[in-house]
Formats: sequence, structure tokens, C-alpha cells
Amino acid sequence: MLNVLVVEDSPTMRQLIGFAIKRIPGSRVIEATDGVDALKKLSSEKIDIILADINMPIMDGLKLVSLVRNNPSYKSIPIIMITTEGAEEDKNKALAIGANAYLTKPIQTQELMKLVNSFIS
Amino acid sequence: MEKDSNITRKVDEFLQIFKRGEEFTKDLIKENERLRFRIAELEESIEKTGSEGRIRLYEDRIKLLEDEINSILDRYKKAEEENKDFAAKYVDVEAENNMLANLYVASYQLHSTLDFNEVLRVVMEIIINLVGAEKFAIFLMDDKTNELLPAASEGLSLNEMPKVKMGEGTIGRVAKEGVSHFTENMTDTATSGINAANPFVCIPLKIKEHVIGVISIYSLFMQKTSFSNIDYELFNLLAGHAATAIFSSRLYTQSERKLTTIQSFLDLLKEKPRR
Repeated sequence: MLNVLVVEDSPTMRQLIGFAIKRIPGSRVIEATDGVDALKKLSSEKIDIILADINMPIMDGLKLVSLVRNNPSYKSIPIIMITTEGAEEDKNKALAIGANAYLTKPIQTQELMKLVNSFIS
Repeated sequence: MEKDSNITRKVDEFLQIFKRGEEFTKDLIKENERLRFRIAELEESIEKTGSEGRIRLYEDRIKLLEDEINSILDRYKKAEEENKDFAAKYVDVEAENNMLANLYVASYQLHSTLDFNEVLRVVMEIIINLVGAEKFAIFLMDDKTNELLPAASEGLSLNEMPKVKMGEGTIGRVAKEGVSHFTENMTDTATSGINAANPFVCIPLKIKEHVIGVISIYSLFMQKTSFSNIDYELFNLLAGHAATAIFSSRLYTQSERKLTTIQSFLDLLKEKPRR
């Protein structure tokens, strides 16, 4: 079973990402609405990969990535950032703090699946 | 004397036998030579016919293998073409799948609530996340003044958005005619700055032929350079479904408010006789 944690404040995006992820055989989507909610889910579930938005209320995606990377229990979990920011500096910033990959909105479901699959294999 | 003649006769007989033996040996030698010559001839001929046969055999095998290779190459080409065809179909199916997923999610979210503000939030989420718009506004028709009033905006201050009269400018024209407006060259708009009255995309929100508002888009995210089929499908969906969702949620909110007022009034009436 592949547990994918989708951290997004937008219900529309959570549903769309969930749609794409569920097409990967043996996958299960766990939803979180912000960084704090994501940390709760991380402590209660075994997560294999994290898909996180950058702009979120309470705790944003960048803060979440740095907390995950500094926690020995979660630091090896691959993280894919999904965001509206398309600038190279935003991308570099996310990758510098420990994100493994970066996707910009509007997302293409096949592109997302391909990326997730690359981390599974 | 008789003994001598006997010896002579025996000698003659021996000589004759010897001569016959000699002739026989000569014949044997000749025959032997002839046979050896014949064997050599036959060997040569066998050798000749053997290598020619083998060459013919090899040539036949080569031809057979060449035919087989050509046939395999033909099949490979056909399979490759079929493969390309399947790959193209797969890409189309994936694109279609992506489009259907987007449309399903948009439609599902639009009709998931009867709260007016929530519906506006969902419409904005769709425009940001699924279309990829950076700056846009939603105008709703005020039936009393026949004006389009800004109801929500993203990337722009709502206070800066103008009120638009029916038929006035791009927004007014789209509201009046009920036909979507798309600017051909999106980069021109991006570089020339934002004019709130003239968006580069303007979608009427219609319930049948009745326009209840418009969505005006002023700029897209930097990574979004053009519209795809899915965007036009989303615009079509928004034109119809966002309109009904906004209209019904507004009616519901109004009826809830009226219900609360009536209920308060009834409570007041009930309380009066007690005094």
C-alpha cells in the first residue's frame, strides 16, 4: 500500500490530486488542509510520499518541508511541491530546503502520476 | 639329348608364361593408369559439382533468410506504426481523462454548497487552480440598476474594480450579448498592463439566455502561456454551472435571511399577547 499525503488548503485541488493518485495501483490518499494538519497525519499514519502546496494558511508548505527534513523519522520521505509560483527562484527555494520535485499549477494529472511513480520505483 | 630338349621346352614354356605374365602386368598397369585417371576425373567432377551445389544451397538459404528478414522488418514496421498509433491514442485518452477529471471536480465543487460566499470561493479556486489565472474578477448583475458589480477578485483590489453598465466596454458587451470574449494575442495584454474594463478573457455567467454576471480574466500565471482545449471546456462549464450555483446559492441565502426575519417577526407576535 502506497500512502500519499496530499497537503492542500483548496478542496478542489485536493479532490483533483486525489483523482490522479488513486489511479496508481495500491495507492491511498490521506488529506491534510495545512502544514499543522499534515504533521498530525504524519505522526498517526505511515506516509510514503508527500504532495504539498506552498501557499497555505496556518503553516505553509515551505515550513512543512523544513520541519519534515529536520525530523529523523520523516526526513527520507519524498516531497513534491505543487504551487502556482512558476518563477525559477521559487522552485530553487523549495528544492533548496529539501523538496524533491516541483510542479506548477494548473497541474496535468499524467505529469503528476509520472512524477509520483518515479519516486515509488 | 632327350633330357636337353625337355629342358628347352620347359624353358620355352616358362618364357611364354613369363611373357604372358609380362603382358598381363603391362595390361594391369595400363588399366591401373586408366582407372587412376578416371578416379581423378571423377574426384574432380565430384568436387566441382559438390561446391556448386553447396553454393546453390547457401544462396537459397541466404535468399530464404533475406525474405524472412524482410518479412520480419515489415512486421516490425507495422508493429512500430501500430505502437505509435497506440501511443498517440494513449496521449489523447490521458488528455481526455485529465479534462474529464478537471470538469468533474469543478462541477462537483460548484454544486457542493448552497452558501453564496462558499460558491464564489469555489469559482475562484477553479479559475486559479484549474485554469491558471493570476488576476481576475467576478462581476454580478444588479437587476435594479442593470449594472455589473464586482463581487470577488484575485490579484486585484475589489475596490479598484469598476461598476460596469450593460453594453459598456468588453465586460458590458459580453454581459449584453452573452458571448465569451477571448483576446487573440495574450502576450500583448500581459505586457501592456491591466485595464480593469478590458480583460483579455471575459466569460458570461448564463442561465439559459439570462446573463447573471461575468468572469473577467486579466492575466495568467507566468508558466501558463496559452489556453488548451481543457480551458475552453472549463470556461463553458463555468458559464453554465457557476451561474446556476451562484444564482441558487444567492436565492438560498436570501430565502434563509427572509425566513429568519419572518421567524423573528412571528416570535415577536407570539410574545406580544403575553405582555
